[in-house]
Amino acid sequence: MSHVNKASQIKEISGVNPLKCMKCGKCSASCPSFNEMDIKPHQFVSYVQNGDIESLVNSKSLWKCLSCFACLERCPRDVKPAKLIDAARQLVVREKGATYLSPDEVPELLDEDLPQQLLVSAFRRYRR
Amino acid sequence: MQRIGVFVCHCGSNIAATVDVKKVAEMALLEPGVVHAEDYQYMCSEAGQAKIQAAIKEKNLTGIVVCSCSPRMHENTFRSAAEKAGLNPYMVEIANIREHCSWIHKNVEEATEKAVILARAAIAKVNLNAPLKPGESLVTKRALVIGGGIAGIQTALDIADAGYEVDIVEKTPSIGGRMSQLDKTFPTLDCSACILTPKMVEAAAHEKITIYTYSEVEKVSGFVGDFTVDIRKKARFVDAGKCTGCGVCQEKCPSKKSLSEFNRGLNTRSAIYTPFAQAIPNVPVIDTEACIKMKTGKCGICSKVCQAGAIDYEQKDEILTQKYGAIVVATGFDTIKLDNYDEYAYNQSKDVITSLELERVMNAAGPTKGHLERLSDGKHPKEMVFIQCVGSRCSDGRGKSYCSKICCMYTAKHAMLIRDKYPDVNVTVFYIDVRTPGKNFDEFYRRAVEDYGVNYIKGQVGKVIPQPDGKLLVQGVDLLDNKQILKEADMVVLATAIEPNPDVRKIATMLTASIDTNNFLTESHAKLRPVESPTAGVFLSGVCQGPKDIPETVAQAGAAAVKAIGLLAKDKLMTNPCTAKADELMCNGCSTCANVCPYGAITYEEKEVNDHGIRETRRIAVVNSALCQGCGACTVTCPSGAMDLQGFSNRQIIAEVDAICR
Ligand SMILES: Cc1cc2nc3c(=O)[nH]c(=O)nc-3n(C[C@H](O)[C@H](O)[C@H](O)COP(=O)(O)OP(=O)(O)OC[C@H]3O[C@@H](n4cnc5c(N)ncnc54)[C@H](O)[C@@H]3O)c2cc1C
Ligand code: SF4
Ligand code: SF4
Ligand code: SF4
Ligand code: SF4
Repeated sequence: MSHVNKASQIKEISGVNPLKCMKCGKCSASCPSFNEMDIKPHQFVSYVQNGDIESLVNSKSLWKCLSCFACLERCPRDVKPAKLIDAARQLVVREKGATYLSPDEVPELLDEDLPQQLLVSAFRRYRR
Repeated sequence: MQRIGVFVCHCGSNIAATVDVKKVAEMALLEPGVVHAEDYQYMCSEAGQAKIQAAIKEKNLTGIVVCSCSPRMHENTFRSAAEKAGLNPYMVEIANIREHCSWIHKNVEEATEKAVILARAAIAKVNLNAPLKPGESLVTKRALVIGGGIAGIQTALDIADAGYEVDIVEKTPSIGGRMSQLDKTFPTLDCSACILTPKMVEAAAHEKITIYTYSEVEKVSGFVGDFTVDIRKKARFVDAGKCTGCGVCQEKCPSKKSLSEFNRGLNTRSAIYTPFAQAIPNVPVIDTEACIKMKTGKCGICSKVCQAGAIDYEQKDEILTQKYGAIVVATGFDTIKLDNYDEYAYNQSKDVITSLELERVMNAAGPTKGHLERLSDGKHPKEMVFIQCVGSRCSDGRGKSYCSKICCMYTAKHAMLIRDKYPDVNVTVFYIDVRTPGKNFDEFYRRAVEDYGVNYIKGQVGKVIPQPDGKLLVQGVDLLDNKQILKEADMVVLATAIEPNPDVRKIATMLTASIDTNNFLTESHAKLRPVESPTAGVFLSGVCQGPKDIPETVAQAGAAAVKAIGLLAKDKLMTNPCTAKADELMCNGCSTCANVCPYGAITYEEKEVNDHGIRETRRIAVVNSALCQGCGACTVTCPSGAMDLQGFSNRQIIAEVDAICR
């Protein structure tokens, strides 16, 4: 899959238009996980804008974002950076061949290695 | 039968690149009544106008159609050109083949077809046009300025200096506006009161200026040159003729707990008060909500101590009706409420303040007598953090989408003033962009950085967290270092977005002036008519039209004055002849039209008519052509089809539609 393709896939999954970002950094200023991340929340936006999805899906940030949605709540431009990293996460999961789960299947699948963010984010996503 | 000439303009390549102008001219020649058609590069140029005039004379034209830009641009140009060649100006029609055609289409074939159709419609209309003659109306040589901030004061002074009477209506007890609340002003750092007070005094002393403070415009009727305005003078409960401004009443008043509006609620004032020491007029008002006498009947101290006997608890609001030729709106602005921005802890901590509050804190007449101190405990701060763009440039529905324009500069001002007066205080500014276009503005900001050591950080603040020990923990980001910053501060100052005074909606409705989605008053043309409202006779001055600083406000105030003077200098105005008229034989006097007329232009008369030989007296609608603005509301409402707009009759409009649908 080409870079362009992946970038547009991320935009589609997340519904985010990176061009709305004015690069103010309020997302990164708000993020409680900032110091754990290699690519920072405001960079989620620029990486997608520049089509560098490879770096994003291989980043530490992918699993460090807590899905707390602070960035999304405070962004003055309504960009929703958290949705981008979440979409990148989904991309990884989809590529691994995983599909939809029913809630009954979840407890059985829960194990040490399953990134909690994935679940948290999935649940939160449907809240908003 | 009309003899019509059609003139197709290329507008350089604006039209000609997308519309086959030769084809439009050719096709026009096939239309009924058309005896002449030509195209030219710039019809609005002198050469173009000469072509039109030559054709009118040579071909004995009785009407013309110019296929060009919007009539808002050049209808007048072509009408007066035609008039000079002996044609009635109302025999000129414009087919807008630029804004409505070439600019919005790409395909030449389609655009040409549309241009031909638009020309056809205009030709069909001219075929039914009749010469019209404008009437005349007198101009009242007096101007009204709504709002007594620096904008209103400057406009009033300029109009008055030209020799015309001006009334200023100001809502609060004193003129002066926001500028009276500022401490020092960029870019020269002169004290605001020192440059404003002389202007206030000059306005008050000017023989041509009357100032109504504590007053509001309540009703506006009429039209350009002849407005009638009701002004409500709110009761001050102090006789301005007797009061000497000694201030004893304010000193002795026992009710001292009302928040001072002038000091942005940072301290209190008495129930009887003048907002600030240099207030004009220096006559107090009694706040009825706070006055003990008004609430309980007891007290009356101010009346007892007033040597001049000026206190009058029985005073009533007065309504004053006055005529004006021109109205200038100068209602200014306020800072937005910060309720949507919990992350900055404005409502949680007294030490998080807006920049306007800081102006009061820094001012010698302010709540801290000009000492920089924390409002929670009075301690001198060591670390101050400024946050720019608070509520500005927000498209998330919480704030304003626009840049407030003045805050980059006043933040640099505040930072510099603090570093100058208190070198022990560290100042950090979080910014998204530093926007300082303007004469000597960027140099000003650079001085803050280079000479005063203000620490500018490119990045925003995510949240401000009040600490148990009273400090403020500021969590921000430095985008250039790509680091998150946690900084302890003693005070945080928010460069809060500005918005038009919320009152402006009411004023705009009364004046039928338009406002944009942000409540700023709309100018008639963003580039070419920036101080005129689209409503004739209404002009715009100051921040009510858009964010601006004092130099720009004063320049615009002067421009608005010039436009008003240009109007007042005329003795008579030509009225638009495109007014409504009832067909006496069709009107049945039902009153429907008068009910919809927004200008109150329609009355009814008992009139004798001759209806096919039958003579009888009927109730018939009569339009006052001086009041009618030609809006056409009555023509579409009339159930009998009796009401028609001259120049835009139902027949003409139907003919246009027919021509388009052919
Ligand atoms: C914190 C801060 C600092 C600033 N510092 C500077 C600076 O250093 N240098 C600089 O050049 N500019 C500065 N400015 C900008 C400056 O304040 C404005 O440019 C200026 O005040 C605009 O004047 P105005 O007359 O248009 O509006 P205003 O000053 O708001 O005046 C409007 C007046 O109209 C009155 N009014 C409103 N509604 C009605 C109504 N319905 N009927 C009657 N009256 C009404 C109001 O009471 C007010 O008196 C600063 C602004 C802020 C917020
Ligand atoms: S807060 Fe929004 S606008 Fe600002 S940098 Fe982050 S995504 Fe962009
Ligand atoms: S949602 Fe993720 S990126 Fe956004 S603030 Fe929370 S942890 Fe940071
Ligand atoms: S009468 Fe009212 S305004 Fe006068 S002194 Fe008493 S409380 Fe104050
Ligand atoms: S003037 Fe400066 S601080 Fe104010 S909104 Fe514009 S960019 Fe932000």
